[in-house]
Amino acid sequence: MSIEIKNISYTYMPKTAFEHQALKNVSFTLNEGEVTAIAGHTGSGKSTIVQHLNGLLHPTDGQVLVDGTDLASKGDEAVKARQLVGLVFQYPEHQLFEETVAKDVGFGPKNLGVSEEETEKRVREALEFVDLDYDVFKDVSPFQLSGGQKRRVAIAGVLALKPKYLVLDEPTAGLDPRGREELLSRVCELHKKKKVTLIFVSHKMEDVARIADRLIVMNHGELVIDAPPRKAFLEEAAIKEAGLDIPVTVRLLTELKEKGFSVDTDAFTIDETAKRIARAIKERGRR
Amino acid sequence: MLTDITLGQYFPGTSFLHRMDPRMKISLLFVWIVGIFVFDMPKAYGVFTAATVLLAIISRVPLLTLAKSIKPLWMILVFTLLIHMCGTPGEALFHISVFEFTKEGFMQGFVICLRLALLIFLSSLLTFTTSPLELTDAMESLLSPLKCIGVPAHELAMMMSIALRFVPTLIEETDKIMKAQQSRGVNFESGNVIKRLSSLVPILVPLFISAFRRADELAMAMEARCYRGGEGRTRMKELKVRALDYGACACTVVLMAALVVMKVEGI
Ligand SMILES: Nc1ncnc2c1ncn2[C@@H]1O[C@H](COP(=O)(O)OP(=O)(O)O)[C@@H](O)[C@H]1O
Ligand SMILES: [Mg+2]
Repeated sequence: MSIEIKNISYTYMPKTAFEHQALKNVSFTLNEGEVTAIAGHTGSGKSTIVQHLNGLLHPTDGQVLVDGTDLASKGDEAVKARQLVGLVFQYPEHQLFEETVAKDVGFGPKNLGVSEEETEKRVREALEFVDLDYDVFKDVSPFQLSGGQKRRVAIAGVLALKPKYLVLDEPTAGLDPRGREELLSRVCELHKKKKVTLIFVSHKMEDVARIADRLIVMNHGELVIDAPPRKAFLEEAAIKEAGLDIPVTVRLLTELKEKGFSVDTDAFTIDETAKRIARAIKERGRR
Repeated sequence: MLTDITLGQYFPGTSFLHRMDPRMKISLLFVWIVGIFVFDMPKAYGVFTAATVLLAIISRVPLLTLAKSIKPLWMILVFTLLIHMCGTPGEALFHISVFEFTKEGFMQGFVICLRLALLIFLSSLLTFTTSPLELTDAMESLLSPLKCIGVPAHELAMMMSIALRFVPTLIEETDKIMKAQQSRGVNFESGNVIKRLSSLVPILVPLFISAFRRADELAMAMEARCYRGGEGRTRMKELKVRALDYGACACTVVLMAALVVMKVEGI
């Protein structure tokens, strides 16, 4: 089971003076159980791709298949397939509208025709999952919350739909380092505990390296790299070309290697990097 | 979807018409419109039609796009023509039940429709070749003599340009919010009227909140940069009447003078 993107192209405002081809013949497959990161500079088409994954946009050319069903096809099957994919937009807190947190989170399940009881259960679960105490927050207006809390409520709103594939568009944009850290670890947990397939958009190569099994790099609407992060970072030129950075740790180790130290460059945490450098220095001392 | 709506109809370009001073464009458009209604000789229509076509070609706006600007008034034109055809006595062309459609009526209706169409095309040419911001600047400048009788020209123009500036932003925002709520299972396309209306709430509430937030932020940013109204303000792009504007003005004067002579002499 997977999401298959087959040769999709997408043009915004075709046949006008503002015509813009945002995606050019992009193909890849998102396998169940994987964590995939999509990276690229602003305007490279990341959000456009992401909106294809649950049928908000239909490709001008090509196909998007979710578990084998074409999202652009008519009928109940396509509707069902779309519901398998939960999409959290960039700055999702801007979509909050209900009077209370519980109502807002329950909005999605209610639309899908889930029963009251089940909705309440899901709301409780989703809120607990994003680290908000149900009993404390359920009757609070979402507009009274802090930025980070609002974002978590909005994410809970999508989690309550119980998607099989969860897509997050720049989930950590505008959060402080601590908020980013917390959100990422929550999302990781979701993947590990609930076996949700994750797809997330990010600029932060450190985050990508830490949690993604796979990295897709976009540049001007074209897919330029599709590989595990460790491998992808070896293609430094292509990554730079796409306007992205190699993680600091990899850069440091690469430079050391160029200076003649024998280190492997694929370390992504500070600890691991330090260990490798220490080992390399020792080795050199021995020689 | 929503973003398919382009604001106004500005068609970016560098043609003669694009480079003209917007104030001159508006003033000359006004003169031309008066001209079209005053000079009712067949030859004058020929001249105006030819001039409009020429301007359209000069502007480099695709003719098809320009032709589409008549779409909203299409029905009115057809209706006008039909009314004239059956309301004017003369040589009958054909009958539909009790209505008689005459040749004279057709000629008269055609002339009126042509006038209206020229009017629409000329004003569309103005909006196709002038960005909304230029238009508001021109409006401010043209209204400024009225300041002495208390017309707040600067404030009006500022309000208009801010509104224009935010229309695309709000359209984009609406599009985004709609998509976000669709991802949460809202269905805007089916259901009865009440259901559809209630599905607007999840869009309107966030939209208003964001509009207020933006207004607040903008007001703050303007104050932080010492905005105090129009008094003594200079601008980055001063409107300037240049040689090409005088050229256009001279052409219009010559054309109108010729038409006056033709009318008086009865040629
Ligand atoms: N609604 C839209 N209408 C027209 N053009 C758009 C729209 N959304 C995005 N674009 C254009 O498509 C390109 C890709 O945008 P997007 O997918 O949002 O990029 P990213 O998320 O990678 O920053 C950009 O050049 C952008 O200007
Ligand atoms: Mg984006």
